[in-house]
Amino acid sequence: MSTLKFNHSKIRFDLQIIASWVEPHSRVLDLGCGEGDLLLYLKKHKNVVGTGIEHDEAKVAQCIEKGVSVLQGDINEEVLDYPDDTFDYVILSQTLQQVYEPAVLIESILKIGKKSVVSFPNFSHWLVRLQLLFSGYAPVTRQLPYQWYDTPNIRVITLNDFRRFSKTVGFSILKQAAISVQSRKGKSIAFLPNLRATFGIYLIGR
Amino acid sequence: MSEYIEHAKGGVSVGLVRKELFTFAHPPEVMRLESGSRIGPVTIAYETYGRPDPQRENTVLILHALSGDSHAAGYYTAEDPKPGWWDIMVGPGKGIDTDKFFVVCPNIIGSCMGSTGPGSINPETGKAYGHDFPVVTIGDMVRAQKALMDHLQIKRILAVVGGSIGGMQVLEWVVRYPDMVRAAVPLATTTRHSALAIAFNEVARQAIMADPNWNGGDYYDGARPNMGLAVARMIGHVTYLSDESMRRKFGRRLQKKSDFSFNFNADFEVENYLRYQGIKFVERFDANSFLYITKAADYFDLQSQHGVGSLVKAFSKTRAQFMVISFTSDWLYPTYQSKAMVQAMKKCGLDVSFCEIEAEWGHDAFLLPNERLTLLMKSFLDRVYAEIQP
Repeated sequence: MSTLKFNHSKIRFDLQIIASWVEPHSRVLDLGCGEGDLLLYLKKHKNVVGTGIEHDEAKVAQCIEKGVSVLQGDINEEVLDYPDDTFDYVILSQTLQQVYEPAVLIESILKIGKKSVVSFPNFSHWLVRLQLLFSGYAPVTRQLPYQWYDTPNIRVITLNDFRRFSKTVGFSILKQAAISVQSRKGKSIAFLPNLRATFGIYLIGR
Repeated sequence: MSEYIEHAKGGVSVGLVRKELFTFAHPPEVMRLESGSRIGPVTIAYETYGRPDPQRENTVLILHALSGDSHAAGYYTAEDPKPGWWDIMVGPGKGIDTDKFFVVCPNIIGSCMGSTGPGSINPETGKAYGHDFPVVTIGDMVRAQKALMDHLQIKRILAVVGGSIGGMQVLEWVVRYPDMVRAAVPLATTTRHSALAIAFNEVARQAIMADPNWNGGDYYDGARPNMGLAVARMIGHVTYLSDESMRRKFGRRLQKKSDFSFNFNADFEVENYLRYQGIKFVERFDANSFLYITKAADYFDLQSQHGVGSLVKAFSKTRAQFMVISFTSDWLYPTYQSKAMVQAMKKCGLDVSFCEIEAEWGHDAFLLPNERLTLLMKSFLDRVYAEIQP
């Protein structure tokens, strides 16, 4: 994978990659949009028409304060209300590992959106593997910073798992990026991504 | 809505304001109401704050609830002890910023605060309309407001904003005049009353009609149905609060005594409070207006009246941007009712934001000081205004 160059450093590295995949003037739905940073960026730089869905009231308020349209609600329910093909892209950024029924959600997403961008922390990163191997405790890393008893991340996913998942569920992977943001800037990982990448980002279609 | 008028902290205010009157449907013209009745002339009391920009694109129309009036902000005189009912939201630098926006707040028809209502003089008889006043609807109220907008030469409204019955008018505006409204903020409202809401209104109306002084609605020459109206207000007031807020505000505390009096005086603080609210309300509100406005709210049914039963169809005509707000403890118009309208807006491809604000004060939360609501209002209006700048 070629070196990714970005002169805008205001949003997180993984979000920069997602933003680079989104065509200008498209319609975007961001599931679990948080405080709306990605949507604001896409609105400013790509002229997208965007909406977010976020559970947390304070984060919802911050989106509105930024001028980003947002709905307070549960992503699994909110996606059901849109007509088919409402969006060009549905973004599920670092949320898949928290979803109770990932296959159902992905299917809903690919109905209302023509394409989807899905990203998640890679559970097969060497640091995770070594932690479990040598310490014998459930891994805690910068990307997965929780203890087993307080983590919202109910799924552990590896890059290999997601690839297999695409065949099981029946969607296609159109583009992918394996990245490491261990260092502050972040870089793409071409060699042994399942071992060396901290995040996987996928553009998927029907 | 309740009597929660508070002085703005720091005393920032639009200052002195004046109630204006606009009258239309002079004979031989009449206003045809949705019931089929005709009425005329029709007067609308209204107030304005701030200034129209050169393109007249900065109008924010505020629509009030059951017991509100045109006096949303500011003071009538320098000695005025209280500002308008939404002074915490409307003023220079506030949620609805009068430095930026031209704010118009009309009093609804059927009310008793300056606009034509059952207590107004019927030109045909020279006496108060009383029970001859025709039943008006939320649609009639909005059509009268449209006449006011025409009079003020406002062709496009930046945003219509209102809570409760005011929120119903907001929804009526966007579906009735879809080309006139750029943005809408329905607060703590519903597209149609639940059986629960109708039931409370009916009990309140029965309290008024059971008062012998009501006299079939013709009481303007004699004693007024004060007791009935006070009880109606007490019932209404309970529906605006919540279990949590009443527990906090009153609990089971007794009113200036340590033991029960073993009679039917007000022993509990909550009894005393409701009696006080009832009596205070009677001083400023007309019992017939209470009947007419609650009936209009009960009849309101956006999906039936504008969508042949479908809320999606009802909203399909509008192009407005929405910010829908509900409050967690509002059991009169619970969040699920706001979510139902949001769902329909999504299906129409409308630009909508929705936030359920955590608040313990029940339905009345939209009138109380709330930093989150103020900030959301300010941000949303700023965004809509920014988007129309060349």
